[in-house]
Amino acid sequence: MFKGGQSTSNDYGSFQVENFGTLKYPFTLNFYDEPPTFDVTIEDFETSALDRLRILAEIESSAARNRSWEETKQVTSAQCSKYLPLSPTMTKSLERDAQRRRDHLSHFVLRLAFCRSEDLRRRFVKAETTLFKIRYDEDIATEREAFLNSRDFNWIPVDPNEALSVDKDYRKSEKYYKVKWTRVPDLVEKRKVVLKGGWAYVPSRELSSIVFQEFEVRLEKALETTARLLPRLDEDTRIVPILDNLSQGFLSGISSDWANNSGQTNSDELKAEQIDDLAKKHFPLCMRTLHSTLQRDHHLKYAGRQQYGLFLKVLGLSIEESVAFWRKSFSGFTDDQFNKKYKYNIRHHYGLEGKRVNYPARSCMQLLMDSGASDHGCPYRTYSPENLQTALLSAYSPLGLRQSDLGEVMAAVNTKHFHVACTRVYEITHASNGVSKGQGLGNGESVTHPNEYAAKSMELLKSSEAMVVDS
Amino acid sequence: MSSSDSNKPSPEVMLAFYRRLYPFKSLFTWLNHDHVPSKLFTQREIAFSLPGDVYIRYNSFNTADELKKQVCQLNPTRFEIGPIYSARPRDRKTLRAGTLTPILRELVFDIDMTDYDPVRTCCSGADICKRCWVFISAAVRVMDSALREEFGYEKLLWVYSGRRGIHLWISDKEAMGLTDQQRKAVVGFLTVVQGGKESSKKLNIRNGGKLPPSLAKAMEYLKTVFGALILSDQECFQSKEGYEELLKAIPDSRVVDALRTKWEASPSRPSEDKWADLHRHNLMVALEDIIFNYTYPRLDIEVSKHRNHLLKAPFCIHPSTGRVCVPLDLDMIEKFDPKEVPTVQQLLEELDNLSKVQDPSAPREHHSDWEKTSLKPYIDILDRHAQSLVGETRKDNRSKPVSTSPRPLSVILDMGL
Ligand SMILES: [Zn+2]
Repeated sequence: MFKGGQSTSNDYGSFQVENFGTLKYPFTLNFYDEPPTFDVTIEDFETSALDRLRILAEIESSAARNRSWEETKQVTSAQCSKYLPLSPTMTKSLERDAQRRRDHLSHFVLRLAFCRSEDLRRRFVKAETTLFKIRYDEDIATEREAFLNSRDFNWIPVDPNEALSVDKDYRKSEKYYKVKWTRVPDLVEKRKVVLKGGWAYVPSRELSSIVFQEFEVRLEKALETTARLLPRLDEDTRIVPILDNLSQGFLSGISSDWANNSGQTNSDELKAEQIDDLAKKHFPLCMRTLHSTLQRDHHLKYAGRQQYGLFLKVLGLSIEESVAFWRKSFSGFTDDQFNKKYKYNIRHHYGLEGKRVNYPARSCMQLLMDSGASDHGCPYRTYSPENLQTALLSAYSPLGLRQSDLGEVMAAVNTKHFHVACTRVYEITHASNGVSKGQGLGNGESVTHPNEYAAKSMELLKSSEAMVVDS
Repeated sequence: MSSSDSNKPSPEVMLAFYRRLYPFKSLFTWLNHDHVPSKLFTQREIAFSLPGDVYIRYNSFNTADELKKQVCQLNPTRFEIGPIYSARPRDRKTLRAGTLTPILRELVFDIDMTDYDPVRTCCSGADICKRCWVFISAAVRVMDSALREEFGYEKLLWVYSGRRGIHLWISDKEAMGLTDQQRKAVVGFLTVVQGGKESSKKLNIRNGGKLPPSLAKAMEYLKTVFGALILSDQECFQSKEGYEELLKAIPDSRVVDALRTKWEASPSRPSEDKWADLHRHNLMVALEDIIFNYTYPRLDIEVSKHRNHLLKAPFCIHPSTGRVCVPLDLDMIEKFDPKEVPTVQQLLEELDNLSKVQDPSAPREHHSDWEKTSLKPYIDILDRHAQSLVGETRKDNRSKPVSTSPRPLSVILDMGL
């Protein structure tokens, strides 16, 4: 991100004339203590937030993919220099202050978007703290030092005698600082600090933990405060839809619109982030409901996982992407829990564990026979008529299914022609792509396999898009 | 006496206990840190367990009497104490979604004898005896010392769980306010051995080959326990199974082979001698790991990690043993015998005998009924503890500065959109 490298005393010295203290943004690092009070256009409001969102989405996806710290840093820095570049203080860039202003603004817009539920708050804090850590790591040492000196972190230098009294192995070469142990829970948890009477004795090499913790705690508190004040904002009809859109985008990895705008990479390889969008456009109801349940509960029971996991495999999701997708969806679990309880399961779908059979995805016939519980199987069969109609409308009304279409669909269900009902829904929801009644998946074929449904739907979209381009 | 269900108290017995003996006032003062009801009590979740697996959550009460009244009406098999919420839990249906969040809670720990099954030889499962209690008392010593000296906590209450374990409630102001992340940190700091895991596990606890000071201190103490408990009393390495487990912890295979040959030749060789055999080799780190594995506290970590975990209230009756969950003094922890804890039936008998000798015309004062039973010393422990919390609250109130409320964020509303 910053190509500052080792600064020579010369270029540093030449900049001394500018007093850091009088700059509006004296440092690249920012604790965001004060909300922006300058005027902005609605466009700046939205685009800066979208750009920041791209970066945060990349950070989340790095965590879901188990990227190492170095990899995460590299990928994130690349995103940062593309969308939200920050020049070091010592560079005489004209844009420096404007960049920092944008960083400031985008952070606060996203606060508004993500303060609204506990889940969003938690994820936002995590991603922002990671972003801060990356910038901290990459900042030029002298500028980072200046930033640290500009704030009071309330750490108390410990004299060598006291250090020796708490740790007989204390080495004089290292300085210790003490803080209340509650400020460095990560160091305490790993026994990386010596504790005495509630104080943590932090060696200087671990001081950054205090900084990061401080950033995290302040942001958590600020978000809670913002959440309480937010109802006042509901009156501004221009902002609310933007905020809704932003938080939606974060929930599904990143909104399809934005992903598409930024150019589709390797269009053939299916990415974990695309699943949410695909589910909304192309999945049959059986998979669509599993997807919604998974997004809502951040969990699926075994049978549902089996059914959905194999479907996604056949859809074209690689094992790595699959692990990334499930890891992200099971957001309430720790890495440890996930790796122990669920990763095996996913690898199993791909024949990488257990009997090493490459399991095929379930066909409609198999799903229909698997009619035990209502949380998996074929919903046309397992759902009560009322629930089925609600589920159909909520899943497919964006694709054109109307209340008035339901009579026909339910008639097929009532006579236990579940294939027919599903096929009819396909026809209705693909009418805009030129599919008419009776055509089914093509040549009057009816649905016999969920993957066939999805594949035909995706194919159809592709060919109609190609037609648009050709003409 | 075995821990069979023969002592299961009847609903009538339970009701009489709640009416005449349960120390609601003491419980209130302990939870409330004051005599005047505060949010520490009124916004506190109480959950009731009724027969037939019925569980009623999100109750809250304004006073000790209100709680007592409800308990006597429902006659639960037990009740549990949860966190203090941002509002009264019983009002949750009228609150805006998301506004009922846990804000404060004692820091709690649970140590259960079943986690020691791989290392105890005297009992297993639900059983507990004076001999295996030594595992618990050693755990209590280690925990108590770490929490006081390292973390600086002072308001610790140890409570026997009524059957085979012990709970710890820490009520220091800072402990009450810990976030889940901070609770997890305390648990991580104090966890060395995971319950139920094999006892020969190599431990990852050293920094640069040295034990951190807190564990070095624990080691000093556990060394003194190990000989009497593991070697002489439990004879953990007497059986083939026992010593094979021990050998698994030795990294040097030549040493293992030599010892195995020697021990197979003399099947009755006591644990103490086998331990001495190990000492002839240079196995410092492995021996320390073994001592930790056999004697270091085994925590049920899920209980401690979350603010909103519910834990059984002190003085409830264990539903299968009929024993009261009594608070314990640290001074008597080694001498404590779980079998000497009064059962609810026994306490009611004591009361009946009293009323026979008493002048029937004398007025009966239910509140102090427990004064005359063997429950008294335990209630005294809770009262003394609660009193020290009240003292703390008073001190705080006197030294409280004029509060300055944080400046509300003037969000982007002022941005002139
Ligand atoms: Zn025993």
